[in-house]
Amino acid sequence: MAAVDTRRSRLGRLERSALTGVLVRELINYSSYWKSSTFSSTVEPTIYLLAFGFGFGSVVSKIGGYDYVQFVGTGTVATAVLFSSAFPAMFGTFVKYQFQHTYDAILAAPVDTEELVSAEAIWMAARAGVYGCVPMLVAMLFGLDPSWGMLTVPFIGVIAGFGWASFGITVAGHAKSIDNFNYIVSAVLTPLFLLAGSFFPLDNFPEWAQVLANLNPLHQCVVLVRHAVFGFEGWQDLARVGVLLAFGALMWRLAIHAMVRKLID
Amino acid sequence: MERECAIRLRGVVKRYGPITAVNGLDLDVPAGTCVGLLGPNGAGKSTTMRLLTAQSIADEGELEVLGYKLPQESKQARAQLGVTPQLDNLDVTLTVEQNLLVFAYLYRIARADRRDAIEGALTLAKLGERRDSRVDKLSGGMRRRLLIARALIHRPRLVLLDEPTVGLDPQVRQELWALIDRLRTQGTTILMSTHYIEEAQRLADTVMIMSHGSAVAAGPPSELVREHAGSEVLEVYGQPARLAEVEAEARGHGLRTRRTGTSVSILGFDGRDGISIRGERRPANLEDVFVLLTGEEIA
Repeated sequence: MAAVDTRRSRLGRLERSALTGVLVRELINYSSYWKSSTFSSTVEPTIYLLAFGFGFGSVVSKIGGYDYVQFVGTGTVATAVLFSSAFPAMFGTFVKYQFQHTYDAILAAPVDTEELVSAEAIWMAARAGVYGCVPMLVAMLFGLDPSWGMLTVPFIGVIAGFGWASFGITVAGHAKSIDNFNYIVSAVLTPLFLLAGSFFPLDNFPEWAQVLANLNPLHQCVVLVRHAVFGFEGWQDLARVGVLLAFGALMWRLAIHAMVRKLID
Repeated sequence: MERECAIRLRGVVKRYGPITAVNGLDLDVPAGTCVGLLGPNGAGKSTTMRLLTAQSIADEGELEVLGYKLPQESKQARAQLGVTPQLDNLDVTLTVEQNLLVFAYLYRIARADRRDAIEGALTLAKLGERRDSRVDKLSGGMRRRLLIARALIHRPRLVLLDEPTVGLDPQVRQELWALIDRLRTQGTTILMSTHYIEEAQRLADTVMIMSHGSAVAAGPPSELVREHAGSEVLEVYGQPARLAEVEAEARGHGLRTRRTGTSVSILGFDGRDGISIRGERRPANLEDVFVLLTGEEIA
């Protein structure tokens, strides 16, 4: 009986062809908006670099042993990663399920919510890995010396980007309206952004804040990128990678949970 | 005559909090037929459609699509199923062809067959000349055709059409009917939800009338009409007071009536004598059955 045979070849979880389908959709869509997205991802960190570099740089020349441009140029990699993953994830996900009903179309095809969410996070992680390098490349124009360790920066961006993209999807999955994002941006992202060590070192913060900062994936990303550029510090940096991986894994599952609740009733 | 059932629902219940959207629904869609789900807004048609793609999970009952049990095996079912949603969810900044390409991937069409599948869908939707147009430049009718073609790109055995012509001009509607009729003659099984009576009457082999989440009648349109409204209806126009009198009199004769806005229709009038009411005789239709069974009040 043919019917029994097809049933035996039961389709599994996280299938490659399902992930590919969702990724192809994103890639083709990207071809229609890559210019604007590349423009903002390039111009924004450049402005940060120029503003902080010339502004602060004229007051402080060295921070923690680095030239200020080098400090900010490496620090804003994490910012670029955050901006190109968490924000598109929050707004994009919300728009896709609420206004464009894109996910209804995808879930009517042989794609499960787990695959949909995973593919979306992978896509944004990949983009974050690429766009995350832009501040570093811009800083090179301002005197940041090339080093072999820089080649690992895109991978750090991908790992951190996956976590932040999943974070954004989770937030979108719980949001009742797009205005809800204001709470998250003000109460979560802005403090994490300032407590990351992108623009100034955290050495002068009170002890408790420094302990908290170690739990901030954005801070771990900042430090990891600096060490990648100026020299890794052994097992400590491995632990940082571990923190980013754990953050990614946790957020990934939370994102799937939130979206299943949202999309399947 | 036991034909294989493409869809088989038994005692399906779906609740949203205090609201029971689907209430003990039984539904059979034999392979190769077109079944129309007819019902007023809120009757549970769209929920039924969502249950069939496991985007809603039933609280009770058994669901089988193409021989696969839902929700456990819904992915296998979805691989052989095409869905046209009620709400347009095309990617509007992409071209017609790009939209089809995305779904060629989502439906796992082998690389060697992708080109042919897209060309086939373009031909079916008569959008070959607009392949490079962005979707937001298309007319409403073209978008709807693309939406249907997108659902057919993998040559599914079963197609779900949720309100396929809602909100479209009569001309465009007829064009889509022709398309759906072509599918039907090719042997594709179709489950179509609609609240347009004419649509169900023209396209469906079997109609199931839904009200408040369950089936109130099912059968071929002509049989439903004969059974519930007879062959002839007397339609009486007049002032509201007069209409009320007519209703009372007809009921006195054991006949059923329904309001038609400005008139009262007396159903099953079929050549009766001895009734003094004057009015226009007309053939009974599916709308008479629909209103009779789903109620005159809007929920």
